[in-house]
Amino acid sequence: MSAYAAGIATLDALGLAAALRRREVSSPEATRAYLDRIDSYDGTIGAYLHVRADDALRDAEAAQRTLDAAAKDGSTPPPFCGVPVALKDNLCTKGTPTTCASRLLAGYVPPYDATAVERIAASGAVVLGKLNMDEFAMGSSNENSAVKPVRNPWDAARVPGGSSGGSAAAVAAGLAAFALGSDTGGSIRLPAAFCGVVGLKPTYGSVSRYGLVAFASSLDQIGPLARSVADAEAVFGLLAGRDPHDATTVDRPATAAAPRIVKGLRVGLPREFLTDAVQPEVRDAVRRAADWLAAEGAEVAECGLPAVEHWIPAYYVVSSAEASSNLARFDGVRYGNRAVGYESIAGMYMKTRSEGFGAEVKRRILLGTFVLSAGYHDAYYGSAQKARAHIRNGFDRVFADHDLLLGPVAPQTAFRLGEKTGDPIQMYLQDICTVGASLAGIPALSVPAGFDAQGLPIGLQLTGPAFAENTLFAAAGCIERAAGCRGRFPDLGAAASAAGAGR
Amino acid sequence: MAYEIVCGLEIHAELSTATKIWCGCANEFGGEPNTRCCPVCTGLPGALPVLNRRVVAFAVKAGLAMHCTIAPRSVMARKNYFYPDMPKAYQISQYEAPLCLGGHVDIETSAGPRRIRLTRIHIEEDAGKLLHDAYGTGTLVDLNRCGVPLIEIVSEPDLRGAEEAKAYMEAVREILEACAVSDVKMQEGSMRADVNVSIRPVGATEYGTRTEMKNLNSFRAVHRAVEAEAKRQEALLAAGKKVAQETRQWDDNRGESRGMRGKEDAQDYRYFPDPDLVPILVSESDVARIRAELPELPAERRARYIGTLGIAEADAALLTRSRAEAELFEAVLAQGVGVRAAVTWVVVELFARLNAAGRSVADLPFGGAALGRLAALVEAGKVNAGSARRILGSMMEQGGEPAALAESMGLLVVADEGGIAAAVAAALAGSPAAVADYRSGSAKSFGFLMGQAMKAAGGRADPKLLQAALREALDGPAEGKA
Repeated sequence: MSAYAAGIATLDALGLAAALRRREVSSPEATRAYLDRIDSYDGTIGAYLHVRADDALRDAEAAQRTLDAAAKDGSTPPPFCGVPVALKDNLCTKGTPTTCASRLLAGYVPPYDATAVERIAASGAVVLGKLNMDEFAMGSSNENSAVKPVRNPWDAARVPGGSSGGSAAAVAAGLAAFALGSDTGGSIRLPAAFCGVVGLKPTYGSVSRYGLVAFASSLDQIGPLARSVADAEAVFGLLAGRDPHDATTVDRPATAAAPRIVKGLRVGLPREFLTDAVQPEVRDAVRRAADWLAAEGAEVAECGLPAVEHWIPAYYVVSSAEASSNLARFDGVRYGNRAVGYESIAGMYMKTRSEGFGAEVKRRILLGTFVLSAGYHDAYYGSAQKARAHIRNGFDRVFADHDLLLGPVAPQTAFRLGEKTGDPIQMYLQDICTVGASLAGIPALSVPAGFDAQGLPIGLQLTGPAFAENTLFAAAGCIERAAGCRGRFPDLGAAASAAGAGR
Repeated sequence: MAYEIVCGLEIHAELSTATKIWCGCANEFGGEPNTRCCPVCTGLPGALPVLNRRVVAFAVKAGLAMHCTIAPRSVMARKNYFYPDMPKAYQISQYEAPLCLGGHVDIETSAGPRRIRLTRIHIEEDAGKLLHDAYGTGTLVDLNRCGVPLIEIVSEPDLRGAEEAKAYMEAVREILEACAVSDVKMQEGSMRADVNVSIRPVGATEYGTRTEMKNLNSFRAVHRAVEAEAKRQEALLAAGKKVAQETRQWDDNRGESRGMRGKEDAQDYRYFPDPDLVPILVSESDVARIRAELPELPAERRARYIGTLGIAEADAALLTRSRAEAELFEAVLAQGVGVRAAVTWVVVELFARLNAAGRSVADLPFGGAALGRLAALVEAGKVNAGSARRILGSMMEQGGEPAALAESMGLLVVADEGGIAAAVAAALAGSPAAVADYRSGSAKSFGFLMGQAMKAAGGRADPKLLQAALREALDGPAEGKA
């Protein structure tokens, strides 16, 4: 390994891509450097469920040939050519296991690639492997993985957030240059905040869900978790756009492509998320970031956000209802693990699903089945749909005179493993700031904005109207520069010893 | 007590679009198990459906042909249930907002015409097939049929008995066939019906308790199932018992049904709008364009045959039983054959032979145009009717062009003077007694001699020319004729 390779994991993906193009490092070198780090540290972190060691090196060599050829003929290689990245394990990868961190899908190898995976491959990136998550993306701490929990690189006694905990931890720990995650109610933003990386949940319909194992179809979006705002923007650019395989995708309006500047942006700070229920250091971080934006010419003021009290109930009804239907196909008939020892088809279904699903998945399936059942459908699912329309209206009203909203991603920084597992409601309340954007289908981004007294990252959430990703990137870039978090990396040696102590 | 049968049908018809409803897989019957499918139609994790717009166009066409109102906005919904033939564990169908509303189908019954109202027509996907005990004692799953587009045509409970139910199903089949939106092949399961049956005292206005029988796949099965179920219900009521609301399985081999599940076991399908699909929008201009493409429907065609062409009702009914039969008849007409001759050739000659042989027009090795050319040869006096029947017999076996067949089979009419004269001479020479009888005043001997002359000509002499020549030979030249 060259001396340079040791520092590779401190570069963001665009920085590494540029270094690869300048031939300061080769893709096999960079890939080996990442694989070595995974070898050294992932035993502690637990971010990976599957490492494509040999395949990744082979892909890296192919990427290097592309880079060499481009250097020779002066052409431009694909944007992330040779950059090692990783994917949440609910994205279908042809020939590589895709298990959603569930016993039920252990060993399942899809016969096709998700559209997002194809687009990442087309960008020249090298896929290192598949990342840990809460089972079927249901959870806020990554403790619902049926395989193993993920530990927070900043403090291994703490959770990385969920459900894309593996994605956030891998990027924060320098185990992948960027990662893809999925966000249904905060599953990109919350772990990004807890792990101190940038995470974007795009506008619903921006990124194809084809090949994303569905949790809640009307809420799921794939997005990047990255070391820099620029990376997140570049990856989002690769992923976005209509896909003929996903009827809910749309072409982004031309106006969405225009670059935005912070000067003149009307930024609202929702009062609902600045209450005493929020950790004081997180509130302070929001106010500090507001000042940074104001210093660049934004008009910042507190505002009210209607219907916030309906977010969590509406979210858990809608997402569970859809999940109960989406997860019904995991019956052991065609793929995944079928239970042994049954006497009837119904028995086979029950045993397979009883043994294959974890407690949280079962809880959501039961909840979702209940809220769709005859006699309860209107009171729960019907009411939740009405609440959702009301929530959308609330955002519309706020965005009539705001360009974006700034607030916390979660009420506090990363909590300890086991701290909330006994109380599902406390766990669900981790999503209190994030599910609104999911229900409204609007973009929201988590950007690191400093650390609390315990050295844990604080993430702030920027929320905009549909297709306003560029506005979010502009404001996030301002916060990123002012916060200066990019130069700070977790001490993985310390994390390992903390994990040892915590066990 | 006299009872009236009340029944309603839910007819499922597979649409004959080139590809399936959610993916690009070919929409074809059969194939090696599990070869005509992909991640989408087999419901693999992460796969998503995308609506084939041709399915909407086909369903709208069927809806317009049955006088439905087309919804400008309709919604696909998930019908959730576990069964191995449905790999997503939900069927994507329509529930609260179907594509076609209302409408009607007119049927002919022995008691005269009846109008059967429709509730709705909606689109949905077909399921796979289970093969029980085909391999050991296990059940195998074939998913080739998954994602084949279906329409479900739901009637109001307007049918009053087995005959009407059967006539209604036949009428729907004719309409779907005329619109070319479905293969309507009952034996391949591309059209099948669920039947709801109840009975009530004649004159009553309340409906009785209904039972449902699913997946009847022939007109005969529908007829028998309704009849048997009505009888069963009547026997129950006569014995002072009640009809239970239930789903029953019709066994067409045994001609009886048995209970499957009662009302209390009815599935809760937990319908909700499918979030993977967007609402289906059909504009007024879409509807206008599809309406303009509508073909002449069987009832309209029948009315035209009777009213404009002057064809008898019974013949018109036979000619419009199917699109293939009507098109064959119109191809005969297109050869310039008169209507009466065309009806005779198609109904009396062709259909009778097909019936006797248990064949259908689809099996014929020739088309209506060839039959028309044969009829035209007869009308032009180039082939005698008897010869033409022999030519048709040959065509039915191996096809061929009528004129060429007439030539090769030696059946072209003999009209030349030499041939006619030779035949007359042979008849006179062979039957001197009949000639003597004729000359002594026996007019009927002329008929006999005519027969002999035709026989001598091998049956293919132009009859008018032969008759004139025979008269001339017996009576001397006709005065004033030249």
